[in-house]
Amino acid sequence: MITPPPVNWLSLLPGLILTVTGLLILFWDLWMKPEERRLLAWLGFIGFVAAGIVSVLLWGRNESAFNGMLALDAYALFFNVIFCVVGAMTILMSVHYLETVEIQPGEYYALLLFATVGMVVMAAATDLIVIFLGLETMSIAVYVLAGMWIRRLQSSEAALKYFLLGAFASGFFLYGIALLYGATGSVQLDKIATAATTGGVSSLFLVGIALLIVGFGFKVAAAPFHVWTPDVYEGAPTTVTAFMAVGVKAAAFAAFARVFLHTFGSLHAEWEGILWVLAVLTMTVGNITALVQRNIKRMLAYSSIAHAGYLLIAMVAGRDLGGAALLYYLVAYGVMTLGAFGVVLAVGRQGEPNEEVSDYIGLGLRYPVLGAAMTVFMLSLTGVPPLVGFTGKFYIFSAAVQAGYIWLAVLGVLNSVISAYYYIRVVVNMYMYEEGGKTIEALSARPALVTAILLAAVATVFMGVFPSASISLAKESFLPPG
Amino acid sequence: MEHSHAALATVHAVSYLRFIVLFPLLGVLFNIFAGPRVGRRAINLVSPGVVLLSFFFSFAALLQLPPGGALVDTVYTWITAGRLQVDFALRVDPLSATMILIVTGVGFLIHVYSTGYMAHDEDVARYFAYLNLFTASMLLLVLGDNLLLLFVGWEGVGLCSYLLIGFWYTDDEKASAGKKAFIVNRIGDAGFLLGIFLLFWSLGAKGVWTLSFAEIQTHAGLLAVETVTVICLLLFVGATGKSAQIPLYVWLPDAMAGPTPVSALIHAATMVTAGIYMIARLHFLYSMAPTALAVVAIVGALTAFFAATIALVQTDIKRVLAYSTVSQLGYMFLGLGVGAYSAGVFHLMTHAFFKALLFLGAGSVIHAMSDEQDIRRMGGLKTKMPITYGTFLVACLAIAGFPGLSGFFSKDLILEETVASPHGSVVLWLIGTLTAGLTAFYMFRLLFVTFWGETRAPHEVAHHIHESPTVMTMPLVLLAVLSFIGGYFTLVPFLAPVFGGHHPAHVSALVKYLPTVAGLAGIGLAYQMYVRDPAMAERVAQRYAAVYRLLLNKYYVDELYDRFVVQPVVAASQWLWRVWDTVIIDGTVNGTAQTVAANGLLLRLWQTGNVQVYALSFLLGAMVILGYYLW
Repeated sequence: MITPPPVNWLSLLPGLILTVTGLLILFWDLWMKPEERRLLAWLGFIGFVAAGIVSVLLWGRNESAFNGMLALDAYALFFNVIFCVVGAMTILMSVHYLETVEIQPGEYYALLLFATVGMVVMAAATDLIVIFLGLETMSIAVYVLAGMWIRRLQSSEAALKYFLLGAFASGFFLYGIALLYGATGSVQLDKIATAATTGGVSSLFLVGIALLIVGFGFKVAAAPFHVWTPDVYEGAPTTVTAFMAVGVKAAAFAAFARVFLHTFGSLHAEWEGILWVLAVLTMTVGNITALVQRNIKRMLAYSSIAHAGYLLIAMVAGRDLGGAALLYYLVAYGVMTLGAFGVVLAVGRQGEPNEEVSDYIGLGLRYPVLGAAMTVFMLSLTGVPPLVGFTGKFYIFSAAVQAGYIWLAVLGVLNSVISAYYYIRVVVNMYMYEEGGKTIEALSARPALVTAILLAAVATVFMGVFPSASISLAKESFLPPG
Repeated sequence: MEHSHAALATVHAVSYLRFIVLFPLLGVLFNIFAGPRVGRRAINLVSPGVVLLSFFFSFAALLQLPPGGALVDTVYTWITAGRLQVDFALRVDPLSATMILIVTGVGFLIHVYSTGYMAHDEDVARYFAYLNLFTASMLLLVLGDNLLLLFVGWEGVGLCSYLLIGFWYTDDEKASAGKKAFIVNRIGDAGFLLGIFLLFWSLGAKGVWTLSFAEIQTHAGLLAVETVTVICLLLFVGATGKSAQIPLYVWLPDAMAGPTPVSALIHAATMVTAGIYMIARLHFLYSMAPTALAVVAIVGALTAFFAATIALVQTDIKRVLAYSTVSQLGYMFLGLGVGAYSAGVFHLMTHAFFKALLFLGAGSVIHAMSDEQDIRRMGGLKTKMPITYGTFLVACLAIAGFPGLSGFFSKDLILEETVASPHGSVVLWLIGTLTAGLTAFYMFRLLFVTFWGETRAPHEVAHHIHESPTVMTMPLVLLAVLSFIGGYFTLVPFLAPVFGGHHPAHVSALVKYLPTVAGLAGIGLAYQMYVRDPAMAERVAQRYAAVYRLLLNKYYVDELYDRFVVQPVVAASQWLWRVWDTVIIDGTVNGTAQTVAANGLLLRLWQTGNVQVYALSFLLGAMVILGYYLW
């Protein structure tokens, strides 16, 4: 008789909480009165908070489960907290938004939770197949989420495009896993790592790596695998865009960095060249294309591509410094991007999304708090001290310089300069012009959304001024090699 | 070397010092966000209130100060970079305790006074936001336990000074006075920063990576005397900017464009003393470098004399006070430069009292005279503004060194040390004594012309002259009391744990009494020239017309700077603008921007929206990567 392996339930707990909450939402939704549906949001919110708190409580346990397929190490927990915060913030931003765009809240919140379950698995996976499992769990939920704005044609288009190209990318990813299995005889990360250090690398191995780069490159929106991003980000409901830009990207980088920085760490010389080129290409394409965007969601989409480029710099720099910088920057990027999308939500409403950059003319004068928050996010995305975007870039570029990639850092800084143009333009529009555009109202600025925006703004400023705690946390989370 | 008394004996860790800085910052937030909405009454209550709270906490810190020790509040680790760790830590020792009490105490009175002075200004929330921000920055400057925090405060007060000088920014002249102050200070700051860098790197070269004062003091002995000399001189360049000494004093007289309470707080009592504080804080470095000390003393003495001569003939009430401030700061530097650090800080304190009082008194006069500042159109205010006059008189007596008042003690101490100290010299003493006479003369000239005699104001102005409201006269009275008795808080023993034990100087009777005699003579001469024989001033001016014009035009220093510094810089910038900027840079940038934007448009073409094209580009990318590995 085959005895099932012992199950380490504790290591599954954060994911389990999210799954159960998602299921509860689905069931409750069935016999809930339509006008009470807002309660689903708070149930989801509680689920995210609970999973986040459990992740914090599990800190330092460093468990391994399912015969080494999942690890509940500091690295995974660090990402769990990111995912749960992103999920909770997304819910805060969605409560009112769903009503304006007429999205069914039951499915929406459940899918949000299921997507997060996928992310949690991705961050904890120490096995290529499990990574793939998490990736698909997350992706499929997000494909649906992107298409939930049924009244908007672009939403369905976005979902379909994302799905088709995502399936395409999954093919590359799976094929890469297969080749790696062929080269090393295992799909477990530690065994692959051992094979890489002892057995040398065959070209089969290298092609496997290349295919994984393609697969991850798609999920993190690295050029030239980024082309889906603007269309999908623009078409999807704005809250989903925010969730994708931050959560999905963080999850993809979680797995990407675990595989490349830890497992393939000894093969750094084999992949740093490719990632160097991808980083430069991604930053440059993202920033330059963002310059000519008039739609703010599209601009933020290109901005998120550019930031994937900065994050790739941290990957290239590698080692402990690059890894810590990557983790820190993901947090930094997360809070400022969520905040920016929050402001976009606040000024949009049904039939009047107000997504053009020129719609922001005079906004800062009429809504001082909203304007101040948007200014903080834009300046932080540009990388202006003392905001978190600056500190994050500082750590990335200094990691690159210390690892000897001086040109990469120089190109990164030049790219930040280019980005100033389109970020600052929003601020200029908000404050320097009083007339010329249509006078939009921030009618959707409801308490939950405003809370989310303010939380993001405070975090952006706070972590920029007091970086020590979060950077040492990032270091600590990255250090124990998987 | 005098760093034997290096680290202070007992250091208590506390956690309430942060509130001293925090309260005024909360005031800033309140004024920015709630200010425009809550109305004048709330602003007038909160803005001075937060400073008063800081004063209470400062006083509590003074009471808890262990004898010969310090209190430290380490808020958090600010920066960790390699081997360098900088804490956000605040430190109260006798020196910073003195400073925070002055800043919060005098600052509070000036805040209260401002509520009356700015009662008719529409933008009072912005005014108090700046004033509170200034207070917080100044407190950070003196509380910071490392050079970096000091520098943050240093730049913060510079910024607030700029904002407040140009507070009425719609007036071009005032706005450009703000700019002048800022730019001149930047020149000083450049030197200051270089000094910090040099100190940091030369200590680093010895294996000590630190910016904390206590650690610098412990390890200062590692440095060569030449290095320390250069460091001290560079830091002193910063001090000449902030504390308005030759050659960078030119901004302070122009800074009088700001509201008068601002001149009292920032340009008399507190910010301009930042340079004094910085040198006193780093006294152990200066004591290692006698050459640097000599430079400080000579610049101080010359500035004291030079500014006093200009003050003799100025007719704008605030400008007289401004030059007087420059001159008195010169005294403080003289004190520091001869190694009498506690005497310098002592004069800093008494000066804060009487100069703040003089400025507030001047503000009261200006307020009553419908914004008139020219003393030739004043006169006869004695009876109409008795409180202002009485307090102004106390301040004049104090600054003139009249026996028994505060200025007498502190100024005499500096001059005695100038003779007695091993770093001193009789020549410097002589300059200082002569300046004491000049000081008494110009202050009493100001007093007599403004308050005595018949009024020379136009009828409609004279008609309105009235004593200021109680919120303005109360601070005057309190400051007058402090100016009177301030000299009896002898700071020397209190500061001894910081600067080391000091033996009272023994000097000859001539040295001891001549400055006082000079002061009394100055008062007498002013009485003769402006009360008994008013025509005499005119006669003297005509007799020495050339000297008079030279002084009236402030030695043409502004013109010289304009001709030899400003104009060449402007010409060079214009050339750079026309040729380098317009042709080369703009050409390149516009070219780049066009290229970039064109590329952006080009890249956008990639974004066809067609999913097959996307898949194709995806595939091509994948093939390139595969090709790279398989090649």
